[in-house]
Amino acid sequence: MPGPVLISFDKVWKTYGQGEARVHALAGVDLAIRKGEFVAIMGPSGSGKSTAMNIIGCLDTPTAGTYSFEGIDAGRLDRNRRALLRNLYVGFVFQGYNLLPRTTAAENVELPLIYRGVARSERHKLAMQALAEVGLVGREHHTPAELSGGQQQRVAIARAIVTRPTLLVADEPTGNLDTARTHEIMELLTRLNGELGLTIAMVTHEADVAAYAERTIRFLDGHVASDTASLEVA
Amino acid sequence: MIWETVRLSLISIRRNVLRSFLTLLGIVIGVAAVIAMLTIGSGTTEKVKADISKLGSNLLVVRSGRPAGPGGPGGLDQVVRPLAEKDLAALVAHLSGARAISPASQKQVRVIFGTESLTSGITGTDSAYLDARDWKLVSGRPFSDSETRSGTGVCLVGETVRQQFFGAGDPEGEIIRVNRTSCKIIGLLEPKGYTGFGQDQDNVVLMPLAAYQRRIAGNRDIDNIYIAADERTPTTELQPRVEDILRDTRRITPDRDDDFSIRDMTQIADAMASATTTMTGMLGAVAGVSLLVGGIGIMNIMLVSVTERTREIGIRLAIGAHEKHILIQFLVEATVLSLLGGIIGILIGLALAGIASVALTIPFAPSPAVILLAVGFSALIGMVFGFFPALRGARLDPIDALRHE
Repeated sequence: MPGPVLISFDKVWKTYGQGEARVHALAGVDLAIRKGEFVAIMGPSGSGKSTAMNIIGCLDTPTAGTYSFEGIDAGRLDRNRRALLRNLYVGFVFQGYNLLPRTTAAENVELPLIYRGVARSERHKLAMQALAEVGLVGREHHTPAELSGGQQQRVAIARAIVTRPTLLVADEPTGNLDTARTHEIMELLTRLNGELGLTIAMVTHEADVAAYAERTIRFLDGHVASDTASLEVA
Repeated sequence: MIWETVRLSLISIRRNVLRSFLTLLGIVIGVAAVIAMLTIGSGTTEKVKADISKLGSNLLVVRSGRPAGPGGPGGLDQVVRPLAEKDLAALVAHLSGARAISPASQKQVRVIFGTESLTSGITGTDSAYLDARDWKLVSGRPFSDSETRSGTGVCLVGETVRQQFFGAGDPEGEIIRVNRTSCKIIGLLEPKGYTGFGQDQDNVVLMPLAAYQRRIAGNRDIDNIYIAADERTPTTELQPRVEDILRDTRRITPDRDDDFSIRDMTQIADAMASATTTMTGMLGAVAGVSLLVGGIGIMNIMLVSVTERTREIGIRLAIGAHEKHILIQFLVEATVLSLLGGIIGILIGLALAGIASVALTIPFAPSPAVILLAVGFSALIGMVFGFFPALRGARLDPIDALRHE
């Protein structure tokens, strides 16, 4: 039941360096992701998957070609407009959790709402709700140092979904976790994908993690090498 | 949003208490120095003004000898012609715009009562002296005209003389020995305290001029003539009139300089007050330089802070912080930091000024304008010196910032 196209790459190039040192991280990539899809992005390092993810998350812009997000030509927007786009539509989950240290779970989750200008009481309510959705009731006053890796990643996920984004960009979300924790986190992401209709783009290099996604896109040397339904891979 | 940012910056200042404190120190010292200097300075100015007004406001003092400056007064080549009765008489007869004109001859003399003795300033004068100097009697009466004329052995004493001889008792009617003569105390002068130059204004004995000249000085000279201007006449207007009359009676031809000097106490007061103000301003400016140093300290630590928190900036940018959010965050942090330093500095500066005012016996005169200025200036320093580091943070690329270890 995928919806309309959310993300599309049209002959996207990303080039770094000049002259001899010139490197094409992306070499004319065409790609589309529909609303509600759960996509795993794989590939060896240097394949262009991270660059693609940065562009998908509106953190970076293509050197050439068009990147559209919700029909917006996001690749041509200046950094402040992309910041607004991220704030309104995109949630981020990182491998290293990237929570603010010495800041409580609730405060971390409230952070994106502060930049939206949401009032304090409303912020707190939404943060508590998001923490409940990731199964962290009662831990809202813990700082990252007082939480396990799995719990920290749950806080990060709560922070990503508290704004009710359209897209969740996850960069190796289970890279720092053991097998049991990995499966818990992946089940949580799958549930959010199903229940909230959240579109998820996830970079991973583990096949069993990628298996949670409906679709796997493999990058190699700046090109899409394969784009398959995950079941066939697993 | 701003309140949130202020709270955030307080949290981050608290996280690094020692470092924040060391950063603040520059501002604290700068502001404390400026506040202490200016507060002590304005106290000194007030004190100087008050001291000089104790000498008498709107007062001209005439003395023999050329005005101060190169060659005078009292140069070796100069024979000083003292002031005389006829100079005083001419002023009394012809000077308009004066409230009181009074002669005064002075000498330090040993005063004895019983077994106690004291070296005191003896002034020979007349009954107009109290009015000219704006001195008051606590008890007793001034000299009568007949006492002044005949040079009767009566005197008025200051508080120091009373305490030396009579403790808290009433000196009236007692007879003290002054040099080789004696005089009966007929009144007690109001206490006036010390001058700014450390002179005890209460260690005085006043007696009729004729008595002083005859029994103590042994001549007919007048050392000073005090002229108090009336309310409508500024001393600057009175001074040339006095000069004209004296040149006339002393028969000074137009080609020669005055052989007397006229000091205007009001002008001296103004000059000294403005000298103190200038001095205060200069000291304040020097202290201000340390504020600049404090500002550079803030810039330094903010650059460190931005670098240290590159990853945090990356996270904030990734989840949708606008460039200006980051800019404001670090700007507010720098401002809060230096404002905090400013407030601590003001408190320390006022405390120092308070201690100094007790130690130097000057009035404690904190100026709200100066304090407000210090607050504003320290906030400004935070903003100015925090701007460059904040801009550096705001311009970071979120991808690079997130990768930063």
